[in-house]
Amino acid sequence: MSGRRGAKRGARTGGRIERHPILPVGGGATVEFRFAGRPLPAREGEVISSALYAAGIRIFGRHHRDGKPLGIYCVNGQCSQCTVLADGRPVKACMTVVRPGMRVEPVAGRPELGADDRVPPSGPGVGEVSVPALVVGGGPAGISAAIELGRAGVRTLLIDDKQALGGKLTLQTHAFFGSVADCYAGTRGIDIATILERDLAALPNVEVWVDSSAVGIFRDRAVGVVRGGRYVVVRPEALLVAAGAREKALVFPGADLPGVYGAGAFQTLVNRDLVRPTRRLFVLGGGNVGLIGAYHALQAGIEVVGLVEALPRCGGYKVHEDKLRRLGVPVWTSHTVLRAEGREELERVVTARVDPEFRPLPGTERVYEVDTLLVAVGLSPVDEILQKAREYGMKAWAAGDSEEIAEASAAIFSGRIAGRRIAESLGVPVRAPDRWAQTAAVLRSKPGADVPFAPPAAEGRAVYPVIRCVQEIPCDPCTQVCPVASIAIPDGTITSQPVFGGDCLGCGRCVGICPGLAIVLVEEDHDPRHRTAVVTVPFEFGDDRLPKSGRVTTTGFEGEPLGTGRIVGVRERADQDRRRLVRLEVPWDDRLLVAGFRIQEPPRDSAEAFDPTAQADPVICLCERTKQSEVVAAIRAGVRDLNQLKAAVRLGMGGCGGKRCMELVQRVFREEGVEPHELTPGTWRPLDREVPLGVFADVAEPDGGSEDGK
Amino acid sequence: MSGAWDVVVVGAGSAGLPSALSLAERGLKVLVLDELAAAGQGQHKAAIGGVRATFSDPAKILLCKESLRVFSSWSEVYGDDVGWKRGGYCFPVFGEATEKSLREILPLQKGAGLDIDWVGPDDICRLVPGIVTEGLRGGTFSPGDGQASPLQFAVACERAARSKGVEFRYREPVTAFERSGDRVTAVVTPKGRYPTEKVVLAAGAHARQVGTLLGLELPVTPDAHEAGITGPVAPFLDPLVVDLRPGPEGRTANFYFGQNREGQILFCYTPKELFVGEDREATSEFLPIVARRLVSLIPRLRHLLVRRTWRGLYPMTPDGMIIVDAVCEAPGVYLAVGLCGHGFMLGPGLGRCIASLVVDGRPTIPPEAFATVSFYRDFRQGQQETLT
Repeated sequence: MSGRRGAKRGARTGGRIERHPILPVGGGATVEFRFAGRPLPAREGEVISSALYAAGIRIFGRHHRDGKPLGIYCVNGQCSQCTVLADGRPVKACMTVVRPGMRVEPVAGRPELGADDRVPPSGPGVGEVSVPALVVGGGPAGISAAIELGRAGVRTLLIDDKQALGGKLTLQTHAFFGSVADCYAGTRGIDIATILERDLAALPNVEVWVDSSAVGIFRDRAVGVVRGGRYVVVRPEALLVAAGAREKALVFPGADLPGVYGAGAFQTLVNRDLVRPTRRLFVLGGGNVGLIGAYHALQAGIEVVGLVEALPRCGGYKVHEDKLRRLGVPVWTSHTVLRAEGREELERVVTARVDPEFRPLPGTERVYEVDTLLVAVGLSPVDEILQKAREYGMKAWAAGDSEEIAEASAAIFSGRIAGRRIAESLGVPVRAPDRWAQTAAVLRSKPGADVPFAPPAAEGRAVYPVIRCVQEIPCDPCTQVCPVASIAIPDGTITSQPVFGGDCLGCGRCVGICPGLAIVLVEEDHDPRHRTAVVTVPFEFGDDRLPKSGRVTTTGFEGEPLGTGRIVGVRERADQDRRRLVRLEVPWDDRLLVAGFRIQEPPRDSAEAFDPTAQADPVICLCERTKQSEVVAAIRAGVRDLNQLKAAVRLGMGGCGGKRCMELVQRVFREEGVEPHELTPGTWRPLDREVPLGVFADVAEPDGGSEDGK
Repeated sequence: MSGAWDVVVVGAGSAGLPSALSLAERGLKVLVLDELAAAGQGQHKAAIGGVRATFSDPAKILLCKESLRVFSSWSEVYGDDVGWKRGGYCFPVFGEATEKSLREILPLQKGAGLDIDWVGPDDICRLVPGIVTEGLRGGTFSPGDGQASPLQFAVACERAARSKGVEFRYREPVTAFERSGDRVTAVVTPKGRYPTEKVVLAAGAHARQVGTLLGLELPVTPDAHEAGITGPVAPFLDPLVVDLRPGPEGRTANFYFGQNREGQILFCYTPKELFVGEDREATSEFLPIVARRLVSLIPRLRHLLVRRTWRGLYPMTPDGMIIVDAVCEAPGVYLAVGLCGHGFMLGPGLGRCIASLVVDGRPTIPPEAFATVSFYRDFRQGQQETLT
């Protein structure tokens, strides 16, 4: 796949990522399975949903209430939108690995139970495991905690629901911010996962279970775990919940269409499974998740038509926003998605400008033809198990996003701290140094104030870096790589700005390491007559994104188009870690302005295509298809108890247990003038996700399906 | 607080909601008080929704027959859907002793007008697809029984009651009763004082505490039962099925399950040793035990996806029979308590009986049947219900 050249408007979605600037592609055996009778290929070990998306299939079934098409939503085993029948059994397509010969059928309405009355052989019975420390979640926080526990000599069980450890790190192809000394700043998330796993593997008293979900926590201080299709009851002395976050959603008409989903789902398809789920993507939300998601899309050869953020400025790191703008992605702040439209799948989004109260301004509507809308409007901690554990009097902690939503670097630290505290609580004489808490707090800090860009006092030198680090964020890799130590943070605070002073060898290491892609190198000695200069910019794409002509539209730091530049060289070195340094010859007067160049041109929009008369009643509960109007009617009838709302309109009664809609509905209450303190919260009960009855009976067929599969 | 109430109902659950509706239908001005935030949020919503008249005690048979009439005609009479499904109750039987005891009560059940009979193994296999046949002797089937949704019913019954003028006040636990001599004059909560001369106690698991406020010792002690629900599948199981056998694991006395109109399977077991108390948090032992029982009886059930589990409280009496009565020591006070886990199915019939007691001074059922549910029976030697 080769980016825009391959992306014909209206072309079907689907396909695989055949080249990627960061991730290894290709290879792997192919297996064949059937969907609705049609033979399809899948990569060995791939989940059903990814294989279907690779085949361009986005509709997996139809809802039994309204017949509306269903497809992926969370790609995280949390919802049940992607349910299909695999060899006759209802399963989540996003969590079920394709087996050769598997017969997958769409679920149209309620699935038939089937008349499978073989009495399966019973297993040895449900196992019980007692363990000093149980860590739920093998992402950066959970692994870091387990490492500390293991080093303290505490026998620890670490469980994760995916097939591999690393959590969301395994989807983060970009280099991380933070401090080099403390949390691998400047290293890509995928590689941090590998480092953490390696450290963990060296600790014999930490046992790791992958493909293991904590599905419930119970009064008798037990955690129910489904491990590879077998149920195990784990009784820990101490529990760490490091289960990460779940994505928030937004209410708008069409949010239930296949093609509208979250950033986690998108990154899983693209970065884990190397499936190209879209040709033309739109992004809703300008936090780091949305900004990074858009960048990952570009790296996967997907056109990013635009990104909207309802606030007057993006909440994510400015460097993330600016690198998108430089590549040619429009970022519209004070804008929102009014609605998503399409007959069966997403075909277009309608955006509008919003006023300071986030009300759409009539007349500002624009229509963009896209096949996918990535919703990235924030994260919520996954901490239900934690709350219950504490209610049951267990020793329980949280770390990472389960404790507080922040960057993965902060999660590493909060995991380390939690690990030490748990060890201490179990009688091991270890302490978390006070410095760790301070570091964690710094890493958790939201982006600070903008700092005015000061041009370097270096003009007239032959070569020098221009550092556009213009926001207070915790980051220091540039100060560590300069061979002549010419970059430093004068006040020594990791959130302050680095300053260039001293010699410059022109080695480009600072350009190669800056996670924000905010450093370029200016060569003033390129043209003795000073008609041109060379600016070296970081570039994380392949040759396919460099025009054959060598001529590119140069952009300033915030993406403003400047003029034309000519590529005069591309430097690739091992220490640049899959980042390339592109040398651009630019007009002399642009030398302090150029920070990048476009790889895509601004999209076409259409105000004419907007139909202001179209009315729609958004679905709030995807599982039970509860409409906003039903919720509003219940609120106006006096409902103030979320449990009662469930009874009245079935909201939150579905397979996901209200993970998405229970938060959404609070906004509906607010819009109806009901204050949060007037509400009685809903009750959380196990299970956290649906589990086959046979798993609890210990008669479930092992993963791989029924023995009679033909 | 304006005016006086003809009657105040304490508790907006299985007994209180239909009682309030029936009282209003008899022309009374009714107020319902509940300590929780909404209707049916106590034990009512924990019920799995089975509605049967298939008992061995005549009082329960008669009250539930009336309930069946109300549930089955609800949407025609009141307009709302309460999830009613007329699928019957089926008791498959594998043991000789069970066959004998079920056959023995058939004449009594038929005599009380129940449509119930013994059916052979083939009929059981037709009614309960996939049931294991080894040792299956047949069982009883009562096609007129059914299921309804406790959640939908709470919403619908409150709405119907409101339309008849009933007022509901939530988050108001009763803290005192004002009295003049023996007679109640008002009900007091932290938020108000509600003048009335008549009170219906329908406080479910908290009946004993509320009774104390009137100086009554109500012999009601809650114990916990666990239940679960699956995701929906296409309809395949009409009746609610009760397997009366104790489980081989030694923890279950019997278990039961049914498919509601949504297509979801609800399931529950009666623990051999009761969990006495008010703890409503789920335990880790429930799912493995109930799953093994379900799958042993119907192997295909193993493919169902379990969605949620919860615990609800059975407000138990010493003899396992319910308490429906007018209180002599406190004229004007009526009891609809100790419903022993059958509150949901008894509710509508019970509500009419309470309304009759309040308005007409006599129950809706004959005196000899009423004697078994009287507050003034001897709780130490009351007869046990065979089909608990």
